[in-house]
Amino acid sequence: MTEQKEMDEMETPTSDEEFWDLRLYVAGQTPKSIAAVANLKRLCDEHLSGRYRVEVIDLVKNPQLARGDQILAIPTLVRRLPEPMRKIIGDLSNQERVLVGLDMRPRG
Amino acid sequence: MVSASREGIRKAPTGIPGLDEITEGGFPAGRPTLICGSAGCGKTLMAMEFLVRGITDLGEPGVFVTFEELPEELTENVLSLGFDLQDLEKKGLLLIEHIRVERSEIEETGEYDLEGLFIRLGYAIDSIGAKRIVLDTLEVLFGGLSNEAILRSELRRLFRWLKDRGMTAVITGERGEGNLTRHGLEEYISDCVILLDHRVIDQLATRRLRVVKYRGTLHGTNEYPFLIDERGIEVLPITSLGLSHPASSERISSGTAGLDEMLGGRGFYRGSSVLVSGRAGAGKSSLAAQFVDAARRRGERAIYFAFEESQSQVVRNMRSIGLDLQPWLDQGLLQFHAARPTLHGLERHLVTMYKQVRDFAPRVVVIDPITNFLSVGNQEEVKAMLMRLIDFFKAQQITTLFTSLTHGFDLETTDVAVSSLMDTWLLLREIEVNGERNRLLNVIKARGMAHSNQVRELLLTGEGVQLVDVHLGAGGALTGAARQAQEAQERAAALGRQQDIERQRRELERKRQALEARIAAQRLEFQSEEGELESRLEQAEARERRLVDDLADMARIRKAVSGAPESGTGDVR
Repeated sequence: MTEQKEMDEMETPTSDEEFWDLRLYVAGQTPKSIAAVANLKRLCDEHLSGRYRVEVIDLVKNPQLARGDQILAIPTLVRRLPEPMRKIIGDLSNQERVLVGLDMRPRG
Repeated sequence: MVSASREGIRKAPTGIPGLDEITEGGFPAGRPTLICGSAGCGKTLMAMEFLVRGITDLGEPGVFVTFEELPEELTENVLSLGFDLQDLEKKGLLLIEHIRVERSEIEETGEYDLEGLFIRLGYAIDSIGAKRIVLDTLEVLFGGLSNEAILRSELRRLFRWLKDRGMTAVITGERGEGNLTRHGLEEYISDCVILLDHRVIDQLATRRLRVVKYRGTLHGTNEYPFLIDERGIEVLPITSLGLSHPASSERISSGTAGLDEMLGGRGFYRGSSVLVSGRAGAGKSSLAAQFVDAARRRGERAIYFAFEESQSQVVRNMRSIGLDLQPWLDQGLLQFHAARPTLHGLERHLVTMYKQVRDFAPRVVVIDPITNFLSVGNQEEVKAMLMRLIDFFKAQQITTLFTSLTHGFDLETTDVAVSSLMDTWLLLREIEVNGERNRLLNVIKARGMAHSNQVRELLLTGEGVQLVDVHLGAGGALTGAARQAQEAQERAAALGRQQDIERQRRELERKRQALEARIAAQRLEFQSEEGELESRLEQAEARERRLVDDLADMARIRKAVSGAPESGTGDVR
């Protein structure tokens, strides 16, 4: 918990200038994957316009990549930058939770 | 149903000594097996050994999926058991896949599944062509992900998926309240469930294993002790279920001549169990040592488990009865294992003895004394342990001598619990008469052989244990000095009788000599008389002849004077 607070304090003043590097792991064209891609695109456009990059990785095509980011659940969104790393699983339909998970909103 | 059970299911040997015997061949091949138990019970180790033995014994590559421990930690932990994971990994036979689930890093934001896990497992399996897989432990998933409904359905899917891929899988699980696992899921979807237990009773730890469930296989529901040592896990498949051990009719010496004599003159049966019970100082250990010495004389190996004395103490003490065990220790014919009973739990003792006997392959074993185990377990437990031990020894045709220290006055009841397991029961007693203590031995039972019903006195001499007949006097059996006194008396009496006989013999001789002297004198007398009579007889005969001559002369003279001569005769003259 204390760890969390420190990170919030560190990030708050600089978060606007940061560049966001995101990865979305999916497995084939499942309804959940398609929903996640759409939800992520909408969210980034709304909140991070111009300072983000999203890489969509299909593990069916590249299974060896699942190991590096410790992927279990599909879909998983990984915030690689800014640090620390964050993971959000699910189809990102609950936007409020996504924002909390990405530390864009304080946890409540 | 019938055909299915007759055919049986395919088994994947675990390679863990004892476990394959209990499960009749190993874990179900191509199906998931759950190993569950509380923390520190050896789940991870058993799973790892299953994988490593699969590689080394059967050449089946395996994947170890660790959710908790880091691969480096795991590698280090099992190195002490002789498993070189790095080497196996280099050879491409083993793959350790570390799956980290950190709840604080994860936010759930809607629908998801665990396809990522499947992909990772599938990738790991394919990359080395694995036949076996271990998941240690799935519970971490429940800790890391909050949607239990998704997890449950995904785990069902995972087990199904593993089966479809034909993987022999081992899943470990933490034991939960009321359930075998915390979430009560894995045990229902596994084909085989092994429960490990690490109990601490009276500050002593014992490890046990039980096969809770095994679809399509008959399995014992007993608890089996197991051991983790420098060679990995070892399960003791020893139970008291089977009474199928062969009974030998071969007889072996007890090492004590008088005792062999009491047992039909030929000693114990090979492979039988012998109980020697008695109070402290009754001579139990001495009998045991002679038994060991007799084995050595036959060129057989022996193990002496001492639970009261150290090796050097026993060796020194046996020298006092003229038995030097040291050379046989040096030659490796005899092994000593001295340990305090309280050092381990009963199971551990059992396992240790089992291993030592299996490794050394003795023909003769001494356990001195069994009573000390009562300090680590109750009578029932000790009996159960002995039963397993005896069955094991009998199956190996090992002749075993147990000593039992009895207390109190009622000597025999203390041993009743264990005596039923024994083939031969020797009771040593001490009696105190005339200010001295003496030892007595009798054979209470000896299955399948004629044995003496008499009491013998046991003497600890400089030439070993000797059994001598006791004297039955008016006041009961005589032992010790009383017996010696009695013997001296008898010797004196015997000597007296002997002297009497001698004297009578001499008297007879003397009489015979006197008689003969008389006979000789009379013969001499007779001879002298005979000579005289004969000469007299000759004289008489000579006189008679002269008389006849004289008459003839007279007649002749008379004829010539008065008348004609008689016919013929007159002419000559």
